[in-house]
Amino acid sequence: MLAKKATLKTSPLHDSHKKLEAKMVPFSGWEMPLHYQGIIPEHKAVRESVGVFDISHMGVFEVSGTKSESWINALLTNDIRSAAVGEGQYTLMLNENGGVIDDLIIYRVEDQRFLMVVNAAKTQEDWDWLVEHKNEAVELSNIGGNMAALAIQGPKSRALIEKAFPQQSILPTRNKIFFWDESIPPLWISRTGYTGEDGFELFFMEEHSQDLWDLVLKRMEPLGGLPAGLGSRDTLRLEACLPLNGNDLAPDISPLEAGLSRFVSFDKPEKFIGSSILREQLESGKQRMLMPFVISEKCPPPRKDYELFVKGHGKPIGKATSGALSPTLGKGIGLALVQNTFAKPDQAIEIEIRGKRYKGHLTKKPLYRKTS
Amino acid sequence: MSSPDQYKYSESHEWIDIEGTIGTVGITDHAQNELSDVVYVELPEIGKEVAAGDAIAVVESVKAASDIYAPVSGKVTEVNDTLGDDPALVNTGAFTEGWLFKIEVSNADEAKKLLSADAYKKHIS
Repeated sequence: MLAKKATLKTSPLHDSHKKLEAKMVPFSGWEMPLHYQGIIPEHKAVRESVGVFDISHMGVFEVSGTKSESWINALLTNDIRSAAVGEGQYTLMLNENGGVIDDLIIYRVEDQRFLMVVNAAKTQEDWDWLVEHKNEAVELSNIGGNMAALAIQGPKSRALIEKAFPQQSILPTRNKIFFWDESIPPLWISRTGYTGEDGFELFFMEEHSQDLWDLVLKRMEPLGGLPAGLGSRDTLRLEACLPLNGNDLAPDISPLEAGLSRFVSFDKPEKFIGSSILREQLESGKQRMLMPFVISEKCPPPRKDYELFVKGHGKPIGKATSGALSPTLGKGIGLALVQNTFAKPDQAIEIEIRGKRYKGHLTKKPLYRKTS
Repeated sequence: MSSPDQYKYSESHEWIDIEGTIGTVGITDHAQNELSDVVYVELPEIGKEVAAGDAIAVVESVKAASDIYAPVSGKVTEVNDTLGDDPALVNTGAFTEGWLFKIEVSNADEAKKLLSADAYKKHIS
């Protein structure tokens, strides 16, 4: 246990988390805050005001070179041609079987220069995959090691950014990114996030992390915001039905089964890795679908691997890949991989928890949508 | 009710406060703190006969479900129904209003094998 702990990586903001008495937990090889005050207050802060997450554990790669655009299109599912300079897009990296290695955001920061932001748990695997498929026209750089990042999320995230960085007159719009290089240290700011709220993500060199963290927290206080940890990040993303790789996405789940077909382009000139299997799935029909569910009676928190049933059908029709008691809805919610024949919104289901069944139904994404 | 200094403790982080033949059982402040936000508590049925060490309740936080073990053998006589609507009482009053169930102790000698408050403090330090 101790030996294992010693090998965990820490964020440049580790001491700040300790000072705030965060509960630290191992996550994907990192020791990161689960929560500071509590998962539920932090969840509510993000829904109602603003929350600040340390996301320095995420991997960041830079891709450049004259042929980088078509190289990316052959490796990732989305069509990078549709992202102009300063735009990000959600996309997936697949294995040869059409299963998900990782989901990520790629930003075009210059005509032939891109930033990829990937899951902490998959940083090494993604990197190895990219290196394995690299060609001479492409330059790859794993820059995440010297970087730190913050996600500022919630309806008051814009107000917080404006207060913290009053010298910056323009802010990126949704899915856009740009570079700030004036009085503050080199800083990428994007209008992205993983909570279902309006929000920003800031990427910067690690030596500036303390100053930026202190600045953001100071300006956040009057807005009623909170520093927030991985616990609320998970319940927030689940309400928004944003998939978590390792739970809802896996090497044996295709993006079509995961309901992510709009991030898969079959129209681009490049044939991306995994595309032939996805085409077959398109033609022959999917066997299973990832669907959100809501439990209507009072129930324990749904969790990964709990089985779903349909009355009158003996065998389970699928199982949960993620679950929680939704702090916003006050109900058991989750995502489940279910047999395609049952994958309809309003399909009545029961979830089995410790031998007891609780009634609910499948539904459409998302389970929570921001109002403002 | 006596104070937590007089309660008996299990290594699995339950406390029991025995008055006469009835023991009130909860989880320790240390345990609730480790679990963080408690969102659901599954309590045993009244009348259930249990043996020391049986898993008889479940406390669930956002992140995990944890079994609660009977610190002594006996019969469940009462459960804390207020936890149904307010499971967070386990966090805010682990040693008081966040108690889980009461048990009619069938063998008083078992309680003697449990940890004292001091011994429990050493166990968690």
